[in-house]
Amino acid sequence: MKARVFITLKNGVLDPQGKAIGHALNGLGFGSVGEVRQGKVIDLELSGSDAEAARTDLKAMCEKLLANTVIEKYEIEIKQ
Amino acid sequence: MKSAVIVFPASNCDRDAKVALEQMTGKTPAMVWHQDSELPDVDLVVLPGGFSYGDYLRCGAMASQSVVMRSVKAHADKGGMVLGVCNGFQVLTESHMLPGALMRNAALKFVCKPVGLEVQETQSGFTRKYENGQRVTFPVAHGEGSYFADEDTLDRLEGENRVAFRYAKGENPNGSARNIAGILSEKRNVLGLMPHPERVVDNALGGTDGRGLFQSLIEALS
Repeated sequence: MKARVFITLKNGVLDPQGKAIGHALNGLGFGSVGEVRQGKVIDLELSGSDAEAARTDLKAMCEKLLANTVIEKYEIEIKQ
Repeated sequence: MKSAVIVFPASNCDRDAKVALEQMTGKTPAMVWHQDSELPDVDLVVLPGGFSYGDYLRCGAMASQSVVMRSVKAHADKGGMVLGVCNGFQVLTESHMLPGALMRNAALKFVCKPVGLEVQETQSGFTRKYENGQRVTFPVAHGEGSYFADEDTLDRLEGENRVAFRYAKGENPNGSARNIAGILSEKRNVLGLMPHPERVVDNALGGTDGRGLFQSLIEALS
């Protein structure tokens, strides 16, 4: 089973990298670009086929290591 | 006062900490490798600056999961003192031994320069030899030192007098919330700070403002 975890900064947490990316895109002529927020994608391969059990495990992984929940939020996507 | 310095892969201020402790206490600290599960019998544990585990995932995130950190937490839970400098501060927040998080500097640049600080709290074993409001200069050297915590946590830190060091007016090098440079744990036996007191204990290296921190520890722990 494969899973993908998206980690992004919580709303309200300043994202200077996102801001710099936005400025750079504006500089390239993409005037339509407003606020930019950046984050991380982590792909994981998991043994087993129980998607619900995997989701429980992934949630614990995010809470314990993959995300710093003081500043980040996460979303889990399970792909069979 | 007996001390230990934890050495993670890619720690790079472990030797600075060792030399400063030797110079200030007259005793050589134990250098403890991150895979060691036991700490020697010490009064103070120092988590040094550097780029532990290559800053993979987030600064301090991998180090917070290392074997030795279980013993460091146990040491702090028993009331033992822990000093985290720079990457050591990041390890402390990632280990939830201190609240908040350290984020990319607001200007996205690595800052390496002496910075003016104010000692905000002298009621601690780390700061008792300073005067309240005393201005000191410590060097900073970091890319991820912007202190962040939610408003309630910041209010609580200030309300409980746990902000030990603040960047002086106009000196905040990284966009830290409320100019916070260093904070104490609830029990006041853990201090994390981004600036480097261990680099300013010898005039030959540019200053002695950091001595007060070590003198405070010596007095508190003797």
